[in-house]
Amino acid sequence: MRPILMKGHERPLTYLKYNKDGDLLFSCAKDHTPTLWFADNGERLGTYRGHNGAVWCCDVSRDSMRLITGSADQTAKLWNVQTGAQLYTFNFDSPARSVDFSVGDKLVVITTDPFMELTSAIHVKRIAGDHTEQTSDSVLTLKGPQGRINRAVWGPLNRTIISAGEDAVIRIWDSETGKLLKEADKEIGHKKTITSLSKSADGSHFLTGSLDKSAKLWDSRTLTLIKTYVTERPVNAVTMSPLLDHVVLGGGQDASAVTTTDHRAGKFEAKFFDKILQEEIGGVKGHFGPINALAFNPDGKSFSSGGEDGYVRIHHFDPDYFNIKI
Amino acid sequence: MGDVMVMNEIEATASRLGIDQSQIDLDSIRLPPGDNFGIISDDEDVYEDDQLEFDSGFGNIIVVGNLPVVTKEKFEKLEGVIRKIYSQIGVIIDDGLWMPVDPQTHKTLGYCFIEYNTPQEAELAKEKTNGYKLDKAHIFAVNMFDDFDRFMKVPDEWGLPEFKPYMPGDNLQQWLTDEKARDQFVIRAGSDTEVLWNDARHLKPEPVYKRTYWTESFVQWSPLGTYLATVHRQGAAVWGGADTFNRLMRYAHPQVKLIDFSPGEKYLVTYSSHEPSNPRDANRVVINIYDVRTGKIMRDFRGSADEFAVGGTGGVASWPIFRWGGGKDKYFAKLGKNMISVYETETFSLIDKKSLKVENVMDFSWSPTDPILSLYVPELGGGNQPARVSLIQIPGKEELRQKNLFSVSDCKMYWQSSGDYLAVNVDRYTKTKKSTYTGFELFRIKERDIPIEVLELDNKNDKIIAFAWEPKGHRFAVIHGDSPRPDVSFYSMRTAHNTGRVSKLTTLKGKQANALFWSPSGHFIVLAGLKGFNGQLEFYNVDELETMATAEHFMATDIEWDPTGRYVATAVTSVHEMENGFNVWSFNGKLLYRTLKDHFFQFLWRPRPPSFLTPEKEEEIAKNLKKYSKKYEAEDQDVSMLLSEQEREKRKMLKDEWEKWVNEWKLLHEEEKLERQGLRDGEASDEEEEYKAKDIEVEEVLDVTEGGSSFR
Repeated sequence: MRPILMKGHERPLTYLKYNKDGDLLFSCAKDHTPTLWFADNGERLGTYRGHNGAVWCCDVSRDSMRLITGSADQTAKLWNVQTGAQLYTFNFDSPARSVDFSVGDKLVVITTDPFMELTSAIHVKRIAGDHTEQTSDSVLTLKGPQGRINRAVWGPLNRTIISAGEDAVIRIWDSETGKLLKEADKEIGHKKTITSLSKSADGSHFLTGSLDKSAKLWDSRTLTLIKTYVTERPVNAVTMSPLLDHVVLGGGQDASAVTTTDHRAGKFEAKFFDKILQEEIGGVKGHFGPINALAFNPDGKSFSSGGEDGYVRIHHFDPDYFNIKI
Repeated sequence: MGDVMVMNEIEATASRLGIDQSQIDLDSIRLPPGDNFGIISDDEDVYEDDQLEFDSGFGNIIVVGNLPVVTKEKFEKLEGVIRKIYSQIGVIIDDGLWMPVDPQTHKTLGYCFIEYNTPQEAELAKEKTNGYKLDKAHIFAVNMFDDFDRFMKVPDEWGLPEFKPYMPGDNLQQWLTDEKARDQFVIRAGSDTEVLWNDARHLKPEPVYKRTYWTESFVQWSPLGTYLATVHRQGAAVWGGADTFNRLMRYAHPQVKLIDFSPGEKYLVTYSSHEPSNPRDANRVVINIYDVRTGKIMRDFRGSADEFAVGGTGGVASWPIFRWGGGKDKYFAKLGKNMISVYETETFSLIDKKSLKVENVMDFSWSPTDPILSLYVPELGGGNQPARVSLIQIPGKEELRQKNLFSVSDCKMYWQSSGDYLAVNVDRYTKTKKSTYTGFELFRIKERDIPIEVLELDNKNDKIIAFAWEPKGHRFAVIHGDSPRPDVSFYSMRTAHNTGRVSKLTTLKGKQANALFWSPSGHFIVLAGLKGFNGQLEFYNVDELETMATAEHFMATDIEWDPTGRYVATAVTSVHEMENGFNVWSFNGKLLYRTLKDHFFQFLWRPRPPSFLTPEKEEEIAKNLKKYSKKYEAEDQDVSMLLSEQEREKRKMLKDEWEKWVNEWKLLHEEEKLERQGLRDGEASDEEEEYKAKDIEVEEVLDVTEGGSSFR
């Protein structure tokens, strides 16, 4: 089917997120306003105004009532999804890079960048049932390892936090004590900055994408490397189908080098791989710049991609897609 | 073990002296220069340097023998000559030249002693003048004085020399006996250099040997594939062996930049260029010619870069400076100012002791098979003297054929690989001198009197973009026309009904090509659009005049046929940042496999020596190919069966493995269900949702058909 092109952002996209029911799509970009779309037809529902810097990440609660966004303006904000009202602002001393609600939406993990003298950090905050009682006290703060943490998410049953970033090492932390539990083996792990991390629907495994031109699939509990998908260009975004055994990698050449080459050279395609056989099965072209964000609709029948070119594209699969055999 | 002993001793000594070892910064310790306290450096080269000895104190004296025996009257003259020769090399100390005289006859004894300031000068003088020809009868024999001592100690009694048992060397051509008749290639990516088999049947390369930091700049196969040469700061080295790669020989040449093998791989030419001490001078060039097997320097050339830059552009010499010719590594020649210097390898000296004088010669090239040179001289005297192309026979230096050409702007010479034909691409000025047009002069070398034929393109204003002879054949291909979509034409030097005339076979209009790559066995050609054309490839059969396949290797920079003409490799080297790696294709344009490697620098097929089969036998095989190929077809089929079997098994294994993970996850998920529900304040279980998703899928399919029918 023809993809739906959504031109709502002025600047490169940074993150895409579907709500649990798969009817809403949230998009974040380097312009300051996260935007909400109908996931089915791409109609714009509204924007969330209030940030004063690039918005790097967002997450939506299971009941689709609350949205949390992390921004380069050194805040993470809590929003009312329906009204677009700001409910609360968490202030930090450095840009907030990633946000993730826990199972049950009572906790949130926020990472902040290394900035000036500060190192990167992972903060765990409690989300109050009633937003008027919300405080900015941290339940737990982890002083991060070297370099930026690009993504931190909750492990199974909120017992652990999985982080990955510039130092190319994936770490699992105890979310109660803050102790480092596991670290990915340097030999088998990524060789360059990990740009993205995406959990499976049940949280049992997750996929990481890296500038070393590969994506890797890991077990969430044991941090065992299960699969490696090798591609031709740096990977900026990853996602996996909740329905079929497919993973999607997006990326392209570094944004700074894009203008110097033919758009074909950049390979700004979303590449589909067979999750089990690790073989490439197809690609979806369209963006005029690297792909920065990818998200699968929870129903597995469409996915969306956001590019450096400022477009969000929603792709509904043709029926043929569900019959791919390799 | 040794290290442990030493460490123990050190520790014992330290504790005796009351020194806390952890407080000592080992790097801050400096040994007095020249003393190593008996600790041998790990660095092999340093160790070797230490072997030089200068203990006797006569290290700066040389003895020159084989001098003419002269009478008293001529003594002064001879001394003058010797002094002149040897003071060029270094400073002879006062009274440092002593030529003994027979007290009875008052004649010299035919030798003299020369003392230099330093042993280095003496060493240099020995190297430079040993074998110096004063005249026919007197070839200098120069030795170090210290060596004489050594030679004198040789016992007078003859002892039976020790018999060394014959050690058969490695079969350096083992790779040619590969059972599957595969070819090897070398690739260089990042800091790794790797030799691989091209296993086209299994659609992947099979590793042979890999080494990190094998070379410091590049690698190169010798022309017959026996050796792989690596280039380092200290010199070059060649590697080879039966199943692995061992270092066979090293050639010390500091800061070597370029290397070149003679076509029969008997000699290796190395080149380096050094910054002069005075910035106004030209760079100093050192060229050594080694015997590949013994590692001995056969001849060296030193001089300012200007001398070697003739024919090159911008003061940079065009490599190779010495071009080999005449078959069997017999001659090598260098372009000089108004001359061509031709050397022979028997004596490593100029033929007839003088260079071939040719006023204003611009370029020359050897016939690939015969000792024939072709050379090009541009117009002189403002057009009064025509430009010419001559063929010169070596070593006689007779002119075999000459062709005068008028209003020429440039000439390029292309020899056909078996030396049958020479094509000269001549750019001429039009009458107004504002533009040029192109023609070809075709020489038939092997025919009587070497007839010349002139060929002009249909549209003679077309620019020539590329030209290539069919190897071992009689056809050639030309890319001509304007850049975005030039034409490609094929010509034959003989056709069925007319063997003496060139004729056009066909012209392909508007091809995206700028380079031609003939198969080494002829018949097939790849028309490639490299660089600006993004790697367009067209595999063309010249026998049938039809395109076999068109393909693209995006951004490809290099193309090379394997030596048998069965496969083509296309590579994207690190001139581009993205897409680095190589593809291997069959001769008819089927992509067999692709490999991606970051920082990819080189792809080189290992050359093969020429086949021992006679042309008749080759023809017979070509005719009865069916008979011969049967065996291989059966093998191919076996392999493909095996492959699909393996593939199936591999897939099954992967599926099973995955299944195991999924089951484990399901189990854990189930176990954690209650806890998770607790976290969600007892909200509905996740399993329910999964069913929902499946329902929707069915719905979707129906939607599509419905939509279609209602539209009608």
